[in-house]
Amino acid sequence: MGPISRRLFALESRKGWAAIAVLMVVGLFVVPFLNLAVPEGSFFHISTFWVATLGKYLCFAILALALDLIWGYAGILSLGHGAFFGLGGYAMGMYMMRQIGDRSVYGNPDLPDFMVFLNWDSLPWYWFGFDQFWFAALMVVLVPGLLAFVFGWLAFRSRITGVYFSIISQAMVFAFMLAFFRNEMGFGGNNGLTDFKDILGFDLSRDTTKIGLYVVSAIALVLVYLICRAVVSSKLGRLLIAVRDAESRVRFLGYSVTNAKLFVFTLSAMLAGIAGALYVPQVGIINPGEFSPAKSIEMAIWVAVGGRGTLFGAIVGAFTVNGARTYFTGAAPEIWLFFLGALFILVTLVMPKGLVGVYRSIRSGEMRDAILRRIRRVDV
Amino acid sequence: MSVTKKHVAPRCRVVIFSILLALLAIIAPGEALQAQQNDAALQQALAGLNVRSFKDKTAAVVALGELGDARAVVALEALTEGRLYGRKSDQTVVIADRDDRIYKLTDPVSGAALGEAGSRDIKKIVANNKLRGIIRGVLGQLALSSSDPGLRLAAVENVIASPTDGSLALLKRARDRETDVGIRAKLETGIATLELGADDITLRRAAVSRLADGNDPEIKSLLERRLLKNSDGSFVEPDDALRAAVQDAVDDINDRLALFGLAEDLIFGISLGSVLLLAAIGLAITFGVMGVINMAHGEMIMLGAYTTFVVQEIFRATMPAEAFGFYLLASIPAAFVVAAAFGILIERGCIRFLYGRPLETLLATWGVSLILQQMVRSIFGANNREVANPDWISGAISIGGGVSVTVNRVYIVVFALVVVAALAAFIRYSRFGLQMRAVTQNRGMASSMGIRTGQVDALTFALGSGIAGVAGVALSQISNVSPNLGQNFIVDSFMVVVFGGVGSLWGTIVGAFGLGIVNKFLEPVSGAILGKVVVLVIIILFIQKRPRGLFALKGRAAEG
Amino acid sequence: MSMSEPTNSAALAESILYLEGVSVSFDGFKALNSLNLIIRRGEMRAIIGPNGAGKTTMMDIVTGKTRPDTGRVLFGEDVDLTHLDEADIANLGIGRKFQKPTVFESLTVFENLYLSLKSDRSIRETLFARLRGEQNDRIDATLKTIRLTERRDDLAGDLSHGQKQWLEIGMLLAQEPELMLLDEPVAGMSDAETEQTAILLEEISKDRSLVVVEHDMEFVRDLDCVVSVLHEGSVIAEGSMDSVQVDPRVIEVYLGR
Repeated sequence: MGPISRRLFALESRKGWAAIAVLMVVGLFVVPFLNLAVPEGSFFHISTFWVATLGKYLCFAILALALDLIWGYAGILSLGHGAFFGLGGYAMGMYMMRQIGDRSVYGNPDLPDFMVFLNWDSLPWYWFGFDQFWFAALMVVLVPGLLAFVFGWLAFRSRITGVYFSIISQAMVFAFMLAFFRNEMGFGGNNGLTDFKDILGFDLSRDTTKIGLYVVSAIALVLVYLICRAVVSSKLGRLLIAVRDAESRVRFLGYSVTNAKLFVFTLSAMLAGIAGALYVPQVGIINPGEFSPAKSIEMAIWVAVGGRGTLFGAIVGAFTVNGARTYFTGAAPEIWLFFLGALFILVTLVMPKGLVGVYRSIRSGEMRDAILRRIRRVDV
Repeated sequence: MSVTKKHVAPRCRVVIFSILLALLAIIAPGEALQAQQNDAALQQALAGLNVRSFKDKTAAVVALGELGDARAVVALEALTEGRLYGRKSDQTVVIADRDDRIYKLTDPVSGAALGEAGSRDIKKIVANNKLRGIIRGVLGQLALSSSDPGLRLAAVENVIASPTDGSLALLKRARDRETDVGIRAKLETGIATLELGADDITLRRAAVSRLADGNDPEIKSLLERRLLKNSDGSFVEPDDALRAAVQDAVDDINDRLALFGLAEDLIFGISLGSVLLLAAIGLAITFGVMGVINMAHGEMIMLGAYTTFVVQEIFRATMPAEAFGFYLLASIPAAFVVAAAFGILIERGCIRFLYGRPLETLLATWGVSLILQQMVRSIFGANNREVANPDWISGAISIGGGVSVTVNRVYIVVFALVVVAALAAFIRYSRFGLQMRAVTQNRGMASSMGIRTGQVDALTFALGSGIAGVAGVALSQISNVSPNLGQNFIVDSFMVVVFGGVGSLWGTIVGAFGLGIVNKFLEPVSGAILGKVVVLVIIILFIQKRPRGLFALKGRAAEG
Repeated sequence: MSMSEPTNSAALAESILYLEGVSVSFDGFKALNSLNLIIRRGEMRAIIGPNGAGKTTMMDIVTGKTRPDTGRVLFGEDVDLTHLDEADIANLGIGRKFQKPTVFESLTVFENLYLSLKSDRSIRETLFARLRGEQNDRIDATLKTIRLTERRDDLAGDLSHGQKQWLEIGMLLAQEPELMLLDEPVAGMSDAETEQTAILLEEISKDRSLVVVEHDMEFVRDLDCVVSVLHEGSVIAEGSMDSVQVDPRVIEVYLGR
């Protein structure tokens, strides 16, 4: 590894840029090309289902980046990121809900079906503005950002750290789940928001729209990656690592730990909101299940599997674990939880640096040395 | 967690059924002569039912009622159900139950089998709705004259709950001969409710003043109905002054009900608190004492609940029926051992490599919890398993004002307190408790004094897990036993420990009951689920003021 | 708090740190008991005392980690420290080294110092900051002072225990504080390292005030400065090492019982 200080202010090394470029070309052009231009039945054809699935993974990767930013760098393990993801999703869902208009089952142009069903006669105030895309898009980042700001301010100010923060962030997302299950909240209760028809005028059931959403997600992932990259390679990025290593030392150096954490937590929540907003039109539904504590804690394992503290690792982890989920839930659903559970245990016990860490130690020869050492010890 | 509700609905039916059973039991070999006389009179009255005209039938039913012989109940019940027949050969009245093509006959008085008959041999004694109404009244009348006060009381309640035209006279007659003060009062109340609609204003006035000092929500709604308007716009209660009195009476009852409501919230809060306490005590050990975040804690509770299920099945298969009720007692040590064994497995196999890395411990134990859930799902299936309440903890206790507590809830409160007390005593007085405290306070020192810290860690964790298992036994009695059981408790129990103050058993107790009561008091204001949300928000805000909980350690000890 | 005037206004005028009647207790245990302590501008002061005497608590009070129950804590002539948090106090110009060396182990030595350099601490500045030439020079100069030039680009976690202590002192220097509080700077150091540290501290003390808490008597003697002896939360003796060593109360505290 070269001198780290030299790299301090370079956003990305030349090799890094090349890798990003290659992945971007594959993600942005090759996948849609293989779907649209290669005939079905061909070995190289990628079905629309797979494009949509990959699109979902891209959203998860954005979410993983957001989580890695605060856990991998600042050492804050949030078990409540599902709240930000979900709120972003709901904001987008509300926009698409309003787009349905009179094409709904009840045909009420002003009210979503579930409100008609509940005998509501007018739209609640917090639904106003969501018929405008720009407003919804703003809320996608503002609402999670505001929640994270308030929650983070309360938590960081009173120096709630480590597992305490994890536990209360889990309680937070749990509270959201309970609240959103209620019909009276005005977010569709149990069923959530669904039956979307179109987004910005594009029919959601059409393949081209699906590919379009995939491409937008891919672009968003690249942008989010670059934002995260910019943050972690700045002086603030070093400060976050410093907070992770020795929080009180940072304080005695004169930095406000609260502000540093608050900034990165809020940023992370906004990115998670974006991930949720891109996810919902691709799966066609958002319901309180997204707020379940189990989902939020699973996000941590994506990051851990890939390798926390490395942005690339978060992306790798999101794709790996979710790929495994898709495979298992299709092939052997009863095995999935065993696999996921084992993954949690194994990654923390034997692979604390994740796949990226394993790759690095193989490349640097550490792995070989460790194995050799072990073999020699056995010999003696 | 709505548990109390399910006992309320079938209550009426249970009462009627038990009256019948007891009535049959009364038919005992008593004074022989009188019995013979009565027999003759009863047979005669019964025979009166086997006539064509409804008028005559009605007369016979009334006669049976006046006879006051409880044995007529069976025949009258059969009549309303269309199971009473006249045998053509000898004109006797029999009960006939159709079995495919033939009918099985029984004697309505003695219950003896009278052989079989074809459909042509017997003729149904038909009842119409009017007659059925009269029979209901008579049945109530018959029960009202039972010699068992409990049955009489139940009969009174029954008559009040569904009054008919004759009910008022019936109740009045019963009142005149009633000796028991409590039942008499009940009868007075019943009469008053019926007289609310009397034409005579003095009767109505007396009824209102009588009812004003009750605390029954049903009486309140009866009174409130007097305040409404008829469809023609006139008031149900025409007298203005009396209407005002009714309004006052309603207000009085409301005040008293509010008090009972408060008591109810408190009791249910304590009940919920005891559940939270049970769920959290184990955590107070693993998290509070050892500082280990065990996300599989809920699964330890779940394992305890499934152990209870297994022990129940073993008892059902191998033990005589009368011993079945004790399966619950046997489950307690069994659940402790099972959960503790899993605890040791988890500690030795996983957690011990992660001491000092709490976030990793959290994630690894979450993995353990997923595996345990799926394991149980694979073995026992994904559906709820039924764990029966033994007789000795079934039923409910009424405390007035429409408030009742199920007995199992009471047991759980007691059980939770016993478990905590036992645990506290164990930590305080046992040798192992001493070692445990030594290791948590100064590991290095304890180790150098010859304590095997690894062993103590494993056993401490086993203790916390075992107690979670024991909690599972209790919780199996009030919540569904499913693979997800533990998940429902994990957030709550962590909140209790954090709120109460980590490392303080006393804090856990206060935290559990405090949160339980606050939760129940919020429920009427904000609804059940939102109440929970509000509690979570309160805790988050509370940690602002006291980041280390209610009973926090201060100074150097807190820095670790 | 009482509005009484400082007892010694002359001492206050030339003091950089002024503690008067400071008490704090944890769960009934009095960690500081009406402590009085005055550090003059430019002075180097050693503080010794047995375990539990309140040395670390005193530093916690000065740096804002713990709030006193009663008493005055002034920085310079008029800055009340009892209402400020750690970061504010650090920005006023008070640096603190912990008992256990605390550096950012996953950052390089260079990065550790770069974060410590006196600069605008706001989040916005930190996010958009660029390394300037003169900052680089200052870091190099500090590296030289703490003898870690060779290890500039190594991870701080890979340093030896003594080197970490130095790095932490270097981080304090980079902060350019007026007052430095050092909690056991030579704990766990070899004899050679201890000697070097004494020289280093003397170098440092030329430009600033220094308070050193230490157990190592030889090291304190090497520092050749005024020594305050703390016992049960108050100062029981003050003077040169030689004079406090013969003080009967000090002897009783260290040897008695």
